[in-house]
Amino acid sequence: MAEVTTSAPPKQSFSFSDKKTRGQIYQVVTIALMVWFVWWIVDNTSTNMSDQNIKFGFEFLNTQAGFAIIQSLIDYTEESSYGHVFIVGLINTLVISFIGCILATILGFIVGVGRLSKNWIINKISTIYVETLRNIPLLLQIFFWYHAVLKPLPGPREIHSKGDELWLSLTNNGLLIPKPVAESGFGMVATTFLLGIVVTVILAKWSNKRQMATGQRFPVLWTSLGIIFGLPLVVYMMLGGPLSFEPGQMGAFRPANGLGLNIIPEFIALLVALVAYTAAFIAEIVRAGIQSVNYGQTEASHALGLRQGPTLRLIVIPQALRVIIPPLTSQYLNLTKNSSLATAIAYPDLVATFAGTVLNQTGKAVEIILMTMLVYLTISLLTSLFMNWYNNRVKLVER
Amino acid sequence: MKLHKFAAYSTAVLTAAAITTTQAATLDDVKAKGAVTCGVSQGLPGFSNPDADGNWTGLDVEFCQAMAAAVFGDASKAEFKPLSAKTRFTALTSGEIDVLPRNTTWTLSRDAQHGDFIGVNYYDGQGFMVRKDLGVASAKELAGAAVCTNTGTTTELNVADYFRSNGLEYTVVAFEKADEVVAAYDAGRCDVYTTDQSGIAAQRTKLADPAAHVILPEVISKEPLGPMVRHGDNQWADIASWSLNCMINAEEAGINSGNVDEMAASANPDIQRLLGASGDMGDLLGIPNDFCHQIVKQVGNYAESFDRNVGPDTPLGLERGLNALWKDGGILYAPPAR
Ligand SMILES: N[C@@H](CCC(=O)N[C@@H](CS)C(=O)NCC(=O)O)C(=O)O
Repeated sequence: MAEVTTSAPPKQSFSFSDKKTRGQIYQVVTIALMVWFVWWIVDNTSTNMSDQNIKFGFEFLNTQAGFAIIQSLIDYTEESSYGHVFIVGLINTLVISFIGCILATILGFIVGVGRLSKNWIINKISTIYVETLRNIPLLLQIFFWYHAVLKPLPGPREIHSKGDELWLSLTNNGLLIPKPVAESGFGMVATTFLLGIVVTVILAKWSNKRQMATGQRFPVLWTSLGIIFGLPLVVYMMLGGPLSFEPGQMGAFRPANGLGLNIIPEFIALLVALVAYTAAFIAEIVRAGIQSVNYGQTEASHALGLRQGPTLRLIVIPQALRVIIPPLTSQYLNLTKNSSLATAIAYPDLVATFAGTVLNQTGKAVEIILMTMLVYLTISLLTSLFMNWYNNRVKLVER
Repeated sequence: MKLHKFAAYSTAVLTAAAITTTQAATLDDVKAKGAVTCGVSQGLPGFSNPDADGNWTGLDVEFCQAMAAAVFGDASKAEFKPLSAKTRFTALTSGEIDVLPRNTTWTLSRDAQHGDFIGVNYYDGQGFMVRKDLGVASAKELAGAAVCTNTGTTTELNVADYFRSNGLEYTVVAFEKADEVVAAYDAGRCDVYTTDQSGIAAQRTKLADPAAHVILPEVISKEPLGPMVRHGDNQWADIASWSLNCMINAEEAGINSGNVDEMAASANPDIQRLLGASGDMGDLLGIPNDFCHQIVKQVGNYAESFDRNVGPDTPLGLERGLNALWKDGGILYAPPAR
């Protein structure tokens, strides 16, 4: 560091009046206090735990859980272990967060752009959407979708009778759709699809290079769509459609377990509420991002002869994204954390199952809360890392 | 900030925090704050439920009031904290409450992990309720049904065991809040509502049309419901246990809130000891010697409490059954006060 004072007084050995010394002392004291505080918490916890004869340890994860969970994407029975419950809960949290983030982004962009629209109706609808949804507490919205919208739907027994084949059924038991079943040969279709994506990426790179060098443009979008979706479709047809759909079936009380794909109302209510709520915030972020790009840029672009579409795509959005990405990241993190409101309506996420039922049954509060906090911390850090990486990619490259 | 000020602050923080958190005896804590704090349900008619004026009523509530009468000679010095089934044990171990009379089933794992049960104030078993129009007469016919229940209960575990061991397919919808369970069942989210039979009788009163539902004959478990105290404080556990025993012994001896003052003058040595007219029963526990006299006078004996809250003349309409005294064909049996 550079010395600021030129006529520095002769170095004093130790003095409180020296700003630098004082600063160092403060830092040492702060660190000492922090270390001591952490030690105190740990010590206090372990003393209290041993006072109450509670042993710290994770052996309980191998113990049989004994209770059922309404939604599990992996095999789970009552005989599975508490460790298994952790995984099931974690997957349920990840699923709702992931789908929620994607849908909230799409809806948020639509509404955000809608708020800038010159069309009076679209503009007003978007404004009302944002102002209403972000001002109603999320828990209330979850309850609204669950109790006011989904629960009053007719019961399965009211509209189906036993033995009915169910291709599509929306009842207070949830949304039942046919279950896709892959037959031999479907792997080929999937492979073609993945191959299509790879080819498209290479194609886009090549066309960019060519445009830079020669100024000639290549219709990447249409070609890509053709390769990604058209080619697999051709393969699919050639193999005689190796994918079948299996319908649900009505049992004595409600659709039979395992037949068809039943999406439980708890999932739908939570997802819709999370998406609708978060999209309102994302819309504002998108609007602010677009508005942050000086209108002069649009005018300049028009003056150069670019039409509205390319202007948005090539000039405005790339610059707006720089402003949008960082706050968008915090919305993703919010959505993920808010998904723990699942407890209120029986959606079996990590907090409801593991930090709820398992904690209650085992009394392993410290271990379970520690694990749950670590999970949320890890999800948050990973999301941030990914978004930072993406942010670095789209941020302004200064030449 | 001046340095010496900073130093003073840090010393203050250090010393304040360095005072170790040793756990004082619960009785001393209770006396110091002037009330017994009880963890109760969030509203289970007959057991712990706030009435129209917001006063807590019920069998579990009266047990808590009995403890207040025992410690303070004043049944009104009881405070109530509503807890969900899921959070009740944490509230107890963390010291938020002094005792947990919250229709809690006495099980081995709870006894080992969460605290000590001091007795049983209601012997129960788990049952099923379904809508009448389902036309179901037995739980064995419930294959493929969806069952609504509470998370963090023995109910949740028993129902899994029952359906599994009988080879019946089922789906469970588990809510944290009891009212959510009832609402979901009432709205048709599930075909079956299951909990302790007393709980079914209580929650049934909350349904839109209670008469449209039937309780199935199967009782699938033993649910001895009893109050819990924290591990490691034997004196407090004794006070809780003998408050309950007092109510049962009083019924057995024919003492009730109406005749307790006369009975205290009785020549019967058992009654004299129980009511503190002679002997040192209260002193041994570290509470006033007439603690049982105060409990019966201010709260009543077990029969009075039962009849007032859950008995045949209440909306729950429960018979004494197992909860009758041992000499009347039930299994209620309290050790002698001597
Ligand atoms: N006895 C069972 C069940 C206790 C329980 O929580 N029952 C529910 C359903 S009856 C209840 O008390 N609900 C009332 C409430 O939470 O307010 C246990 O100890 O696990």
